[in-house]
Amino acid sequence: MAEIYLKQLAHSYLPHPQAPSDYALKQIDLTWEDGKAYALLGSSGCGKSTLLNIISGLLHPSQGQVLFDGQDVTQLPTEQRQIAQVFQFPVVYDTMTVYDNLAFPLRNRKVDEATIKTRVQEIAQLLEMSGDLKKKAQGLTADAKQKISLGRGLIRQDVAAILFDEPLTVIDPHLKWLLRMQLKALHQKSQRTMIYVTHDQTEALTFADQVVVMYDGYVVQMGTPQALFERPAHTFVGYFIGSPGMNVLPVQVAGRQVSFHDQTLYLPQSYTPAPNTSLALGIRPEFLSLHREPTFNSIPVTIQRIEDIGRHKIVRTAFQDLIINVIVPDQVAVSPEYTYLSFDAAHIHLYANDWLITAEDTL
Amino acid sequence: MSTVATSSIAPIKKSRFSRQGIVMTVYLVFLLLPIYWLINMSLKTNEEILSTFSLWPQHLTLDNYIKIFTDPSWYSGYINSITYVVLNTVISITVALPAAYAFSRYRFLGDKHLFFWLLTNRMAPPAVFALPFFQLYSSVGLFDTHIGVALAHCLFNVPLAVWILEGFMSGVPKEIDETAYIDGYSFTRFFTRIFMPLIASGIGVTAFFCFMFSWVELLLARTLTSVAAKPIAATMTRTVSASGMDWGVLAAAGVLTIIPGALVIWFVRNYIAKGFALGRV
Amino acid sequence: MNKTWNNKAWWMVLPVVLLVAFSAVIPLMTVVNYSVQDTFGNNQFFWAGLQWFEEIVNSERFHDALIRQFIFSAVILAIEIPLGIFIAMNMPKKGWAVPVCLVLMSLPLLIPWNVVGTIWQIFGRVDIGLLGASMKALGIDYNYTQNIADAWITVVVMDVWHWTSLVALLCYAGLQSIPEAYYQAARIDGASTWAIFRYIQLPKMRGVLLIAVLLRFMDSFMIYTEPFVVTGGGPGNATTFLSIDLVKMAIGQFDLGPAAAFSIIYFLIILLLSWVFYTVMTHLDKQGQKS
Repeated sequence: MAEIYLKQLAHSYLPHPQAPSDYALKQIDLTWEDGKAYALLGSSGCGKSTLLNIISGLLHPSQGQVLFDGQDVTQLPTEQRQIAQVFQFPVVYDTMTVYDNLAFPLRNRKVDEATIKTRVQEIAQLLEMSGDLKKKAQGLTADAKQKISLGRGLIRQDVAAILFDEPLTVIDPHLKWLLRMQLKALHQKSQRTMIYVTHDQTEALTFADQVVVMYDGYVVQMGTPQALFERPAHTFVGYFIGSPGMNVLPVQVAGRQVSFHDQTLYLPQSYTPAPNTSLALGIRPEFLSLHREPTFNSIPVTIQRIEDIGRHKIVRTAFQDLIINVIVPDQVAVSPEYTYLSFDAAHIHLYANDWLITAEDTL
Repeated sequence: MSTVATSSIAPIKKSRFSRQGIVMTVYLVFLLLPIYWLINMSLKTNEEILSTFSLWPQHLTLDNYIKIFTDPSWYSGYINSITYVVLNTVISITVALPAAYAFSRYRFLGDKHLFFWLLTNRMAPPAVFALPFFQLYSSVGLFDTHIGVALAHCLFNVPLAVWILEGFMSGVPKEIDETAYIDGYSFTRFFTRIFMPLIASGIGVTAFFCFMFSWVELLLARTLTSVAAKPIAATMTRTVSASGMDWGVLAAAGVLTIIPGALVIWFVRNYIAKGFALGRV
Repeated sequence: MNKTWNNKAWWMVLPVVLLVAFSAVIPLMTVVNYSVQDTFGNNQFFWAGLQWFEEIVNSERFHDALIRQFIFSAVILAIEIPLGIFIAMNMPKKGWAVPVCLVLMSLPLLIPWNVVGTIWQIFGRVDIGLLGASMKALGIDYNYTQNIADAWITVVVMDVWHWTSLVALLCYAGLQSIPEAYYQAARIDGASTWAIFRYIQLPKMRGVLLIAVLLRFMDSFMIYTEPFVVTGGGPGNATTFLSIDLVKMAIGQFDLGPAAAFSIIYFLIILLLSWVFYTVMTHLDKQGQKS
């Protein structure tokens, strides 16, 4: 058990990286607290797996350090780190039985057979595989194999963290739910640090206490699911989390006023963005409302489509060439005559070059 | 931290790389040294070969090659070899394609036994067939003809071709055939337009192996020919015994037999292993 | 794959059957015919029954050749299989070196077999060969034409040179099919290099390795041209393997009856081995389909 600290870490697959684009993982400074469940979220190719492999030691970073409880393990090979990892595709040792598969990590570490036996039985019980211990691993189904991979990760008691690299990719959808619930329960029982890589926001938000969002090699935000929803630190977080994602409109900013095209909105705070940056306003569809008459902070729009998805309606509106999505709660009326779009100013965020900027003063 | 590495490569991999380099270098040197020696000798005169021992030619000469290319009894050997090898490859592939398809897609009366029987022919020692082949091919007038040797080599190349192709074809999902029939393709059109392009690499590999095994085989080729279709390899052995010690020309002829294979192998380099595994990797 | 039952498929197989039958069945019948007859020349044949078979089976000459053959094949396998695995594990996995290695390694496989013999015949000669001359320079008394041990060593080294690449290429193909995640998982599990070999690489190579073993066994069992060119079966009969002995008998001495009986016994041994090969292969294919 340990706290993992990534100190000024960056990685490039090129021998002599120069431009920032040469880096698969841009410099980060990140702490993973002991015993928490983390999700590492991002689209494919954003550097998730790179980060994971650096933590597990399969990859050695170009710069920076990896510290487990303050101890530098950067150059320590995988097998000497207390890390377990479960991969996208189930890895089982075909010629061994399920029992031997589970016992393998312990045997390699010269644990005595009696201890191994009790551990294997515990883990098998946890995975609900006690009856299969004598079977050959080769003939099992994909999800049973993935459970074995999982079991091999859990079997060692000394691991600092268990890393999951999209472990449910090959699992049938109806089993995915089940396995995810089991995983969540396992986390609560074992109190191990778990880092779960995924590109599926639902998976991330349901599994994790803390979600780390990555984009283009950057760790753009680390926070609770709620924080990611309410205060996206980067427009990508806004887009990626939420359905539909945050609306992002290019704007000009002057103090408390933001303007786009011929419209002006008033903010509760004042901003002074750096010159020559591209500015944008972000607001989640949940914090927009539609009205028949103009109200404070509203703009005229046309309604393109109203989609009723049960719990609420998603309204697609257009302002000139901009498309803005609005979520209208079930009990609130909406029809094509509701042509004034009102902004909840408290939930407007401003982004300079896609990164969230903070206000100077509060009114 | 006992293990210290300065680069981004894991220490384990780093040390292995150099060991790999050494092993492969030693092995490749072992493979190439005899071939190098052959090339070395082919560029020397007989006098030099016999009088001085040197790692490279002191008096570089192309005379040995010139002799081969100007003497019909030498170069016709090459033409003969290439003729029957190409004939054999074409025949083998042509008959093996439908058969391999049948084996990969259908069950039929005696299929397993038939497949086994074909296999035994691949495994049959050519020495067993040398004498009866001589008599059979003489009696039907195929002795000392290109087609005769090509047919004889079919004995081991056709089973091999069926086998490799069957391996590749089994890798193509059956649904593709069914979809094509639903789309109204006739069998021949489906086979030539859709199926063959799908296993193009398999056909290439099979052709390569037919070429190769026909090219390297000598016992049957020599038994079945005397003058008109005599393969280059046989020309070599006979010239040696006749003229005694013409080492330079012998070496040059040897070098020239390596070249066609070396050229062909470049085209199938990524499929060699799969072919040797009979399409079953 | 579930195959449909269709006897019309015979039409597709027919050309192959006819072609191979022409070259296999008729000659084989000729051999059988000779094997039970005796001749005093002038194409006069007499029924000889199983006389030739008895003669061959009981002849010391055949026994010796058979024993030499089995020793040779065993030695070949014992060297080429482990060496091939070792080479395969050291082959580069990516980059420019891969095609270079593949092509250079395949080179010996593509040389006509008698040229292989010629190369080693020259290479090993004390007067003009690099190997022989080097041995002489090192003060080792090496002469493959007179010394039995030297002849064997030369023939074995030649076969290793000729065929180890085949084993290595097969194993390489097997190794290439192992996903990177297996190695990563093994490192996480703390597996030693030996454990990785034993539990990941070897199981994944099992299929190709079997093909390699069987192919090498068969082909070494039928070897003729290469040792014949190098040693001519000598010194004495030290390197006279089954095929060499058979050709000597059939073409050299024109002993048709015994040679034919020899052929048939030889062929039956091969048939038995083929059957083992085939059974193992089909068994493997079935297993492959299951997983």
